[in-house]
Amino acid sequence: MSKPLRFLPLALLALLVAGLVWRLATPGNSNVSSKMDGQPVPVFNLAAAVPGIPGLASSDLAGGQPHLVNFFASWCVPCATEAGVLAQLKGRGVAIDGIAIRDRPDDVARFLARYGDPYERIGSDTRSQVQIALGSSGVPESFVVDGRGIIRYQHIGPIDADEVPMILARLGQAK
Amino acid sequence: MIAEAGLASLWLAAGLAALQMLLAFISFRGAIDRGRQMRGVAVVQGVLTLISFVMLLLVFARTDLSVALVAENSHSAKPFIYKVAAAWGNHEGSMLMWVTVLAVAGAILALYSRRTSERTLVAALGAQAALAIGFYAFLLIASNPFARLFPAPLEGQGFNPLLQDPGLAFHPPTLYFGYVGLSVGFSLAVGALLTGEVDSRLARAMRPWVLGAWVLLTLGITAGSYWAYYELGWGGWWFWDPVENASLMPWLAATALLHSINVLAARGALKAWTMMLAVIAFSMSMVGTFLVRSGVLTSVHAFAIDPQRGAFLLVLLALYVGAAFTLFAVRAPALREGAPFELVSRETGLVVNNLILSVILGTVFVGTLYPLFVEAVSGEKLSVGAPYFNAVAGPLALILALLVGVGPLLSWRRQSRPVLRRLVAPALIGATMLVITVIVAPGISMLARAGLAVGAYLIAASIVPLTGRNPLRAPLQTWGMVVAHCGMGIALVGAAANAAFTTERLAVAQLGETLKVGPWLVQLQSVRPAAGKNWTALEAKLFASRGQGRVTLRPETRYFTNPQAETNEAAIVTFWNGQLYTVLGKADPSGGWQLRLWWKPFVTLIWLGGALIALGGALAMAGRIHWRRKRTGSEWKRR
Repeated sequence: MSKPLRFLPLALLALLVAGLVWRLATPGNSNVSSKMDGQPVPVFNLAAAVPGIPGLASSDLAGGQPHLVNFFASWCVPCATEAGVLAQLKGRGVAIDGIAIRDRPDDVARFLARYGDPYERIGSDTRSQVQIALGSSGVPESFVVDGRGIIRYQHIGPIDADEVPMILARLGQAK
Repeated sequence: MIAEAGLASLWLAAGLAALQMLLAFISFRGAIDRGRQMRGVAVVQGVLTLISFVMLLLVFARTDLSVALVAENSHSAKPFIYKVAAAWGNHEGSMLMWVTVLAVAGAILALYSRRTSERTLVAALGAQAALAIGFYAFLLIASNPFARLFPAPLEGQGFNPLLQDPGLAFHPPTLYFGYVGLSVGFSLAVGALLTGEVDSRLARAMRPWVLGAWVLLTLGITAGSYWAYYELGWGGWWFWDPVENASLMPWLAATALLHSINVLAARGALKAWTMMLAVIAFSMSMVGTFLVRSGVLTSVHAFAIDPQRGAFLLVLLALYVGAAFTLFAVRAPALREGAPFELVSRETGLVVNNLILSVILGTVFVGTLYPLFVEAVSGEKLSVGAPYFNAVAGPLALILALLVGVGPLLSWRRQSRPVLRRLVAPALIGATMLVITVIVAPGISMLARAGLAVGAYLIAASIVPLTGRNPLRAPLQTWGMVVAHCGMGIALVGAAANAAFTTERLAVAQLGETLKVGPWLVQLQSVRPAAGKNWTALEAKLFASRGQGRVTLRPETRYFTNPQAETNEAAIVTFWNGQLYTVLGKADPSGGWQLRLWWKPFVTLIWLGGALIALGGALAMAGRIHWRRKRTGSEWKRR
């Protein structure tokens, strides 16, 4: 048997063990990253959800400044808990736009009055069409969109207070 | 006290394993021969682990909730058989079973092995002790099955209901016996590499172990496949799941090994290769155990996962396999190959068999671990699924099946008479099957069609070795080979028929409505509640008929209370030409019920084939042991 060949099993074993060590050391992040990352925001134009706050169009998101687009609804309990965190983000100078899902103007106004209003614009997506176009499956969900209207990050579920620095970092990268 | 007694025996056994290794070292250095003492130590060690395992069974049988493992995995309101089965239906208990089989196998080797030289046996028992020590350490340090819980809870947490099934009581133990039985092959190979005595005597000593382990692996895989088929309610029989692959890989290696071992036993050839396979077969068992127990791969079988334990197992794996491979690299060049053989000979046939099996093994191995490596290198997540495995392993299996018909007809060293003439009839049968499928079922896939034809050919070809002489006077191992090869053909036909002809129907049925699936008309009669010892259920009553006669099926959705879970119990009726498989799904808002119906022609042949393969192995093993007894005298004299 030739010399290199007999060390082949040992080499393969070393490779296998290295792979498995790596796997054990980086215990899997089971999050699957969004397919929308790196995609431009689909074209949409939503009417205002409440009188007094402008509606939201995709062109508003390509103004050169990163935005946080937040899907919410007045009937959504986690959205109410998330409101405080959004206010905190707004305080750090984040431009937040809202999209109200399957909602009524009165209900949205009451929700904003009760939990605070961090939004610059709020579009009304009464039939979830924009939500589906963006690949979102529920509320609340948030997208980090960069200044050219490209989606950089999709966050499923409410943004936790612990996750504020992460969201700020994502927005920073999106500049 | 029972738990403490179990733990104490385990510690004692670990101490004895260390002693056994020390004695092996002393003997091997040639200072004093400690072979006799070693045999004794190995036997006592086996008995002690057995006591420890029986103690674990006792704690589970009595549902002693002060033992943490029992509290976590059992419940007082549970059928007795599942209380006992819960002992090995969890990480710690199954590892204790693993070690028990390892030590008992070592004890049997020490008691009965007279075939190898004493020096090789001493080295092999030393290797077996070295293996055992690692796993004792793993149990005692990282997975103590006897740890107490204070205060004891009032009730246990119950047991995964999917596992509360008669299949579970036997599937894992059978597989474990197979996995760990291969450890003896590993130890003997290591022993022989150390002494340099890789010869036909060693092959004969190793053969019953490999055959026995292989039979149990075959049974375990077959049973596991049937369990997944009826218990998971998905209607599939093989999912190429990482854990299924983990049991398939040692089986493939052991299959190759038990063929190459014959070459070593009969002709003294393929020395290095056979030793490599013996090492790989058990290494695959350890890889399998590691994959199941560490949870590094995502799997439906992820019942018990823990990265710390995974790290421990990985160290053991790297240590043992690394040591064996290093020994191989150092010693293999010194092995002189045995008698030469010509191109057309049984040796060549078995080499080809080994090559194809190794390629299939490599394919499965790469497919199973590929996602891991891709993620390590590029960060991308992907999964390798059935399409890859079917596309690669399927055609290879067909080529193998074609050659399986030829191999047994070749004679050792050199084949002078033409062989293919004897295969005319099987080839015609295969061709006829091909023509029939083209006419009757023009739409089926190429692979399935080829599977049906090759399977039919193989069933016929497997019997050919018995023709041309009095079949009753053929040795038992020849019968074993014929039965196993025939089983392979039958399983192939079953798998191909299932792939080609299965019809499926998923529909919402109102009470009284009739659905058609394949040749069957299935009517939903009623849906009623039912209850068992630790579950309640909704049970549907279905009437099924094709032409005359009628059968009743009662698929259930069961709701278990401890822990809370829901399982589908499929109702299956078996006919000579297939199975009708029914699953009750959720209630529909419209007032109907979701029903999933399959008609699976000849699907049972898959498991019948698997059982025949195992039976063939058992016959061959019986024949080898019997043959040895009768021939021992003359064999030894000739030497």
